[in-house]
Amino acid sequence: MNSRLRWRKFVSRFMLTMTGVCALVSVSVLFFILGHLVYHGGTSISWAFFTKLPAPVGETGGGMANAIIGSAKMLLLATLIGVPVGFFGAIYLAEFSGGTTAFVVRYAADLLNGVPSIVIGIFAYSIVVLPFKHFSTLAGGFALGLMMIPITLRSTEEFLRAVPTALREAAMALGASKWKAIVTVIVPAAYRGILTAVLLAFARVAGETAPLLFTALGNRFWSPGWNQPTDSLPVAIYRYAISPFEDWHRQAWAAGLVLLVLILVINIVARAILSRGIAVPRS
Amino acid sequence: MKRIAVLLLAALALALAGVVWADSALLINGAGATFPYPIYSKWFDEYHKTNGAAQINYQSVGSGAGIKQVTEGTVDFGATDGPMNDDQLKAYKDKHGSAILHFPTVLGAVVPTYNIPGVTTPLNFTPDALVGIFLGRISKWNDPVIANANKGVNLPANDIVVIHRSDGSGTTYIWTDYFSKVSADWKDKVGKGTSVNWPVGLGGKGNENVTGLVKQTPNAIGYVELIYAVQNKIPYGAVKNAVGEFVTADLASVSAAAAAASTTMPDDFRVSITNAKGKGVYPISSFTWLLIPQKFTDASKRDAIKGFVTWMLADGQNYAENLSYAKLPKEVVAKELTALNKIQ
Amino acid sequence: MATTTTIVPSAGPVVGSRSFLSRLREGDEIARIITFLFAASVVLITLLLVFELWQGSVLPRHKFGFNFFRTSVWDPIFDQFGALPFIYGTLVTALVSLLIAVPLGIGAAIFLAELAPPRISDTLEFFIDLLAAVPSVIYGLLGVFVVIPLMREYIQPALKNTLGFLPFFQGPMYGMGFLTAGIVLAIMVTPYIISVSREVLLSVPRDQREAALSLGSTHWESTWKVVVPFARAGIMGSIFLALARALGETMAVTMVIGNAPVISASLFSPGYSIAAIIANELTEATSNLHYQSLIELGLVLFLLTFILNGLARLLIVATTQRGGGMGNA
Repeated sequence: MNSRLRWRKFVSRFMLTMTGVCALVSVSVLFFILGHLVYHGGTSISWAFFTKLPAPVGETGGGMANAIIGSAKMLLLATLIGVPVGFFGAIYLAEFSGGTTAFVVRYAADLLNGVPSIVIGIFAYSIVVLPFKHFSTLAGGFALGLMMIPITLRSTEEFLRAVPTALREAAMALGASKWKAIVTVIVPAAYRGILTAVLLAFARVAGETAPLLFTALGNRFWSPGWNQPTDSLPVAIYRYAISPFEDWHRQAWAAGLVLLVLILVINIVARAILSRGIAVPRS
Repeated sequence: MKRIAVLLLAALALALAGVVWADSALLINGAGATFPYPIYSKWFDEYHKTNGAAQINYQSVGSGAGIKQVTEGTVDFGATDGPMNDDQLKAYKDKHGSAILHFPTVLGAVVPTYNIPGVTTPLNFTPDALVGIFLGRISKWNDPVIANANKGVNLPANDIVVIHRSDGSGTTYIWTDYFSKVSADWKDKVGKGTSVNWPVGLGGKGNENVTGLVKQTPNAIGYVELIYAVQNKIPYGAVKNAVGEFVTADLASVSAAAAAASTTMPDDFRVSITNAKGKGVYPISSFTWLLIPQKFTDASKRDAIKGFVTWMLADGQNYAENLSYAKLPKEVVAKELTALNKIQ
Repeated sequence: MATTTTIVPSAGPVVGSRSFLSRLREGDEIARIITFLFAASVVLITLLLVFELWQGSVLPRHKFGFNFFRTSVWDPIFDQFGALPFIYGTLVTALVSLLIAVPLGIGAAIFLAELAPPRISDTLEFFIDLLAAVPSVIYGLLGVFVVIPLMREYIQPALKNTLGFLPFFQGPMYGMGFLTAGIVLAIMVTPYIISVSREVLLSVPRDQREAALSLGSTHWESTWKVVVPFARAGIMGSIFLALARALGETMAVTMVIGNAPVISASLFSPGYSIAAIIANELTEATSNLHYQSLIELGLVLFLLTFILNGLARLLIVATTQRGGGMGNA
């Protein structure tokens, strides 16, 4: 009896230690990735990297200034598309809609969320690039914006719903019309959660590469306006990583570091916002 | 709320600024072959420095994409090392109502580049060896077909890692065009084209990726444009030409390949110079072309492109040899200058 | 309208108790219409996407029919397109990734949910969430420069020496291929399994554990034999989520899989996935049939991920509701 119990206890301790190992391995991957990027990319980050345009093939000394700005422009456009649609759509779902419409909209949003990014790229290619006959920042921003919509929509809806009914009723009791109540009471109450959702959606699409391959193409120069092809950090990383040139490899590491730090910082900030003040007590 | 409104307004202002800023530079977009990308990127850079008005943004995405995108009209010009076939020309004409023109820019060579641990001397490859490797029939480096042409070299008994293109490629076109000429077997089984059904091997995207893969993978063999092997200091072999000599690709041997074609150049400039006869000829050479629409709706773009081509045929040619591309023969240059007038 | 209304409007979405005009005047109807338009646009865009995929693949659907899924020849010159190598590659890499990610992920989730004190659990979960945010191209970057050499020089030879009698570990070792892609994917999807499984495990009511412990089971036994089975559906759901993510991954896969449309039992062999070939060939498919065959591949991928995501959601919701509904001790 005793030995059997000893065995079971041993198994228990062993397996539980293994789960700890699993957790340790999983978490350490993050630090491994970060460490590698810092080690390889840290030395290549220089003023030139941030301010210069790419040099001709085989020559050293170029930078990724245009890719950084290109990414920024497309992300701005993505936010301008994704956030209003998600935000106002969520208001509709949380405040105005009936059961069936809500179900249909949520279903569509979840469907859109699950679409692989390459398929979003196909979609943007066929409805923006081909008809307009232009690879463009617009097409790229559109593809990224599409990906932001469902994330923003579902998260915002959840945070709006979490606002206690008491707040709503109080507003109504004071004579506010519905839209006034939404604007002045409900949305501000859910403000933190909504901001978090937007930031997380932003961080998610900031690293997307596949949809940009067919929409923004690439540009060795500054991309003027919105209707021209543009370079972007993720696409530049891809292109440089598969090339044979050492200088390009170094730049790819540097770009990877910049991109990852940006995404991680946004993620950390977003979670900090959410956890710091729950203006929305969980009901 | 107010903060959000302010942020939104700022974003809107930026957006409008972007639109206004749109017209500050004439941007011309081209896409296509990776084969000439090193010289094209140099050219467009230099041209922009001397003629600041136009910026020519060239994306090296492969000849297949170049042909497709110029036909779709999403780029202003294309580039390819595999000339468009009649079906593709017709497709362009059907879509746009006017023709698309080929303009040769430089001559280059496709070389077999390899990474064999312990082998530092350049290898000799017969057509049979190359075709056999890429058909998958020859699978080890010390196979007799390879060894017989390389007496004295200690080839290891390692498996050959074949690397080809995963994207639609003019370099593939040149390579398979050569193979189709020297091997009826290849012609039947695989054929020639920018994208073929490869019997064996891994795919890399663009000349760049194939070079990278060969560089990093022991026992690999791939086919790339000469400058990629040179710039990355990876060994490349000599190929046996039509008259039986083993010739290494360089400016002289590539120019020799074009010698016969320069006087018999057809009006549309589509010609294949692989496996050309003659002494000192490198058999896997080729022209590479810009694909320029005959009719432009935007006059400033047309003028900019015509201006570039004129510059390219004169000053531009001087940059070619530094990057191991051979200059165009004089007769071809003259013919192109006349052909430029066709563009409206 | 009078400044005082006798009927107090209800707080919920139903607004039928006031007249249309009064709603209009107070701006509510406009707000409703505007927000409805935004919500409707989501539905419209999704419908348009599905429509484009369906319409855009009409040629190969008519020409090849179901043979599209049975042929393995992808030949642009002879206009023959078969999807089998890409479906094979997509499924094999996903399977390999799950074989690694599931034990690793569930193990870590058990640790986080059962063993770790709440603060440590939360901190570690924070890091896992950050890991989930790392973009695909960065995994690709590390794949090319770190994983491939590691595979080629250490891991693949080791596997060949020990397990080389299995057909999975035979053949030349390139460093790239199904196994490498599977390993990179495993790292990418593990965070999803961990975070969802952890939540699901946390939602298992305490009385379940305590009942098991009171009957004399060890900690591990109560976890493995009681808690985990209770949360089984949710954990399955997390696996489906991970699978859906693995199927749709593009960049990391195309950078390490070798891009060769090959069907091979050996995991060392290079291969191709649906997402990778679309990424490589879409902008250059010259014939209409070629282009639309790629779109059809996109449609297949879309349907696969759609079904998996739907199942995942059902399973996860079912489990967490079950746990919550039974109440806590």
